[in-house]
Parts: sequence; C-alpha cells; structure tokens
Amino acid sequence: MALTNFLLAGFGGQGILFSGKVIAYSGLMDGKEVSWLPSYGPEMRGGTANCSVCISDEPIGSPLVLTPDILMAMNLQSYDKFIHSVAPGGMAIIDSTLIDKKTDRTDITAVYVPATALASDHDLQGLANIILIGTMLKHAPFADFEAVEKAIQKCVPPRKSHLIEANLRAIKLGMEY
Amino acid sequence: MRHVRDHVPGLCNSSGKVVNILAERVLMKGNEALAEAAIKSGCRHFFGYPITPQTEVAAYMAKRMPKIGGTYLQAESEIAAINMVLGAASAGVRAMTSSSSPGISLKTEGISYIAGSDLPCLIINVQRGGPGLGGIQPSQADYWQATRATGHGDFHILVFAPSTIQEMVDLVYTAYDKADEYRMPAMILADGMLGQMMEPVEFPEREADHLIEKPWATTGHQNKRPHNIVNSLYLDPNELEQKVRERFQRYEIIKEKEPMAEEYLVEDAQIVLVSFGATSRIVKSAVNTARSMGIKAGMIRPITLWPFPEKVIQKAAETASSFLSVEMNMGQMVDDVRLAVNGKKPVYFFGRTGGIIPSPAEVLAQIQKIMGGAK
Repeated sequence: MALTNFLLAGFGGQGILFSGKVIAYSGLMDGKEVSWLPSYGPEMRGGTANCSVCISDEPIGSPLVLTPDILMAMNLQSYDKFIHSVAPGGMAIIDSTLIDKKTDRTDITAVYVPATALASDHDLQGLANIILIGTMLKHAPFADFEAVEKAIQKCVPPRKSHLIEANLRAIKLGMEY
Repeated sequence: MRHVRDHVPGLCNSSGKVVNILAERVLMKGNEALAEAAIKSGCRHFFGYPITPQTEVAAYMAKRMPKIGGTYLQAESEIAAINMVLGAASAGVRAMTSSSSPGISLKTEGISYIAGSDLPCLIINVQRGGPGLGGIQPSQADYWQATRATGHGDFHILVFAPSTIQEMVDLVYTAYDKADEYRMPAMILADGMLGQMMEPVEFPEREADHLIEKPWATTGHQNKRPHNIVNSLYLDPNELEQKVRERFQRYEIIKEKEPMAEEYLVEDAQIVLVSFGATSRIVKSAVNTARSMGIKAGMIRPITLWPFPEKVIQKAAETASSFLSVEMNMGQMVDDVRLAVNGKKPVYFFGRTGGIIPSPAEVLAQIQKIMGGAK
C-alpha cells in the first residue's frame, strides 16, 4: 500500500473528524506518513463536515483528497456529492440507516452497513462512525488491528477514557458485519 | 541549499545529526504546532485576537501559558495586540502575536513601529482569502503584503514559508533566532490548510543557551548602566536617513546569508515550477506525475520569501527552458521569480484564488500546455 486516500463525510456531530483522526493515528502507529485535513468554517455547525486523510509510505504531497480510494459516507448529501469521485477500483463504506440509496457504479466496491441502527441496538449511541471504521478495516485493511487499538487510545481524550472500551467494541462490531 | 535544521543551534550535533528529539511523533494541527514550537523557543508572552483559521494558536497558548508561568493575553483588538508585542519585545523577551489576513492588515502599523525600533518578535499569518473580509479558506494572497509592505516606511521583515507541519515547528525556532540576531520582526507566512491540517510532528528540545544577550533591552538598570531607549521617531532627517541606511546594510548581509530554498529535480529540468508553502505540496505531486510521463519538470520552493532565494532561481535559469510559478493568488511571487530570471527565460503563472486550492491535475495541465508549446 503505497498511498491510500480517505474521504470521510457526513453531518457535523457524527464524529467525522474523530474517525479521520483514528485512521490517521492508526497509520502513524504503523510507522507510515499520514495527513489529516478537515473542512472548516461555518458549514461545520449543523451542516456537512468532511475530512481528508492520507496514509502513505512516502512523504505526502497534496493532503486534499479529491478522488478517494475509500469513501465513508454518513448522510445522503455527502453520498450524492462524493460517490462519483471515488477512484475506480476504490471502495465506499455507507451508513445504510441514513442513506437508502445504492450506487449503480460497478467499478467500485460498495459496502452498506446500517451503522446507526447497529449502534443503538448495541448500546453504542454516537459510535456509528467507529462501527464504519471497523467495517472499513475488514474490507480494506489500512492498518493492523493493534495499531487501530492504540489509535483509539490516543484519540479518546483522558477525561473520556471510559469510552475507550465502547469504541473498541464498536470497531469489533463493524469488523463482524 | 541548507536544510532548515542546519540553521537551528542546539538541535544538531557536530556531524549535523539532529539530537534531543522527543522519541514520539505526535499528530498535531499546524496552528497548535506553531504555538508549542514558540513555547519551546522560549516565548512566554503571547498577545492575540481570535480569527479563523488561526484561532487554535491563541487557544493553545491560552491553555499552556498559565501553566508555565507565561502570559497569554487576548487583547481588545489586533492593533492592541501588536502594540503589546512592541512593549514586550522592548523589554527583550521573546514575544509573539498571531492572526489571519484581515487581522494582519490591522497589525501593520505596529509592525512598522517594531521594525523602526529594531526589535525582534514573531508574527504568524495563517492566510485566508481576501481582500476585505474575503473568506476563511486557504490563500497565499498576502505574499505582497508580507514581502513588500507590512507597514509604512523603508523596511523589511524576515518571512518564512513552511510547507509541512514539521517545518512549521522548525521554522519557528529559526525565525526567533534570526529575529534576535538581526533585531527585526520575523513572520511565519502559513495558510488555512497548514493551520488546520494535522501531520506527525516532533519537537526538538533546545539547549538552554540558545538565547542571545540583548544589551539594548529596556529592562530597568538601577543606574548601573546608561539607560536604553526604544524609539522609532527621528525628527532630524539626517539622523533618520542614517538609521534607515544602517538597517539596509544589515538587510544586505541577510540577503547574502539567509535565503533558503528546497530544490527538487531541478538539475536536468526543462520546466522549473516555483511554489511556496502548502501549494508546493500540490506542485510536487504534479511534478512527479509529469516525470512519470517523461516530462522533465522540477521544482524550486522558496522557504524564505524575504530574503528571496534569487540565486537558486538564477542558477536554474541557466539550464531550464521555462519557469512556472504556481500560487494561491492572482500572481504575486511570480514578480520575484521574473526579477531573478531577469528576462533570460519565459516565466509563466498559474494560480487559484479566493480560497480554492489548485489540484495536481490542474497544475499538470499547465505543465503540459507549456511543454507542448515549447516542443
């Protein structure tokens, strides 16, 4: 894996930027070069949020991801906006609780996960994003599980450390799906 | 050219190997990295005012400064903040302010006073689209302001343009050291992309003795020495001309000793792209793609914008057949490229502005267009 470009998109508040941080830290824990670039500004408040992440063996050129190898979409607007930008041969991880469309693209792998429903069924409210990361990890292994585990520990702030266990459960749930 | 770290005493051992690096690389936003690097450089006095996309610099300082015995002060305006920097710098401490484009415009009066008083300080500009309130997305439209007119009067400031988060850190160290050495303001000219993005970064520990003596500082002396005066007012034109001339003699030394640039695949390049800051990363991607298509492209990345690394460009003008300056503005640094090339070779420009980041594909298309015409 020389260079993998991720684009994560959804509503502000769904943990899009946090998911990106988990992916980036996983890459860092694996000794790779990484970059994380958020959309910023007024659109983040209740509007759409998206985040570009790159993991590479080489120093990263443009950190802005325009044609993602892996797209994670958590609302319909983001799905409509970005599904056509996924690189041929790439992958889309889609929260099918919130997006009831299926892509007609045959040159990418689309994985539909009812992540938001799974989160409420398993007492993991607010962790649909991490469930999707788990599914991503299974279908496109971007890092070792141990690296992801360490990344979660890095990304969850100390005052919320009681949530580490729930995050790890969410990853595993996503991987089983 | 020299690597940034070669400029930082206390970081390299005699063989040039970097020492005292913290073992762990951490993921950090550019804005936060700038703030932590300033603290590591000995800055204990920060005066700011919030503005997107640099607010995390101030937020980080607000969190850290009280814990390490420093001063964090959110001023009532950008103008107040830069004048507080003037006061703190007069006392010889490492002072800092940070803002984004419209806020820097407000600071320019104070920057001119600081330059006119021969005081060192660090100013951060995390650029956004302009003019006016403009927008909040990344831009490089303050190149002219930073290198030509950060205030009224005959003066320059040192301007450093990092392209990675690690370089944001390294250049803060360099900027403070050079500002102290030459007694003049230094600016880190970043942009919204660098300020907001996260990359792995490490913070070299400085040796305690990297701070130089400042015998000119107005520190209070209990009549043990003649008193120092910090001033930029000279009503006698002969005296003022003399002061300005002295400053420009210093600038000549700086122009000789301090230019920094990265050269990438320039040696055999037919087309040399010139680009700074975040844009240079996109340009590098385009250069790599061009090379894979058999086009001999290279890149020069000025790291110091003032002093501009004109000799590197002049040297490349002997071998390259054309230049292409790529910027996030309507064409500003291209002026300096043209001055350096001095008519020897054609100099083209490509830019996006208003907060749009050019894509590698757009830059590649420009390379192909120019090289197609050249053949």
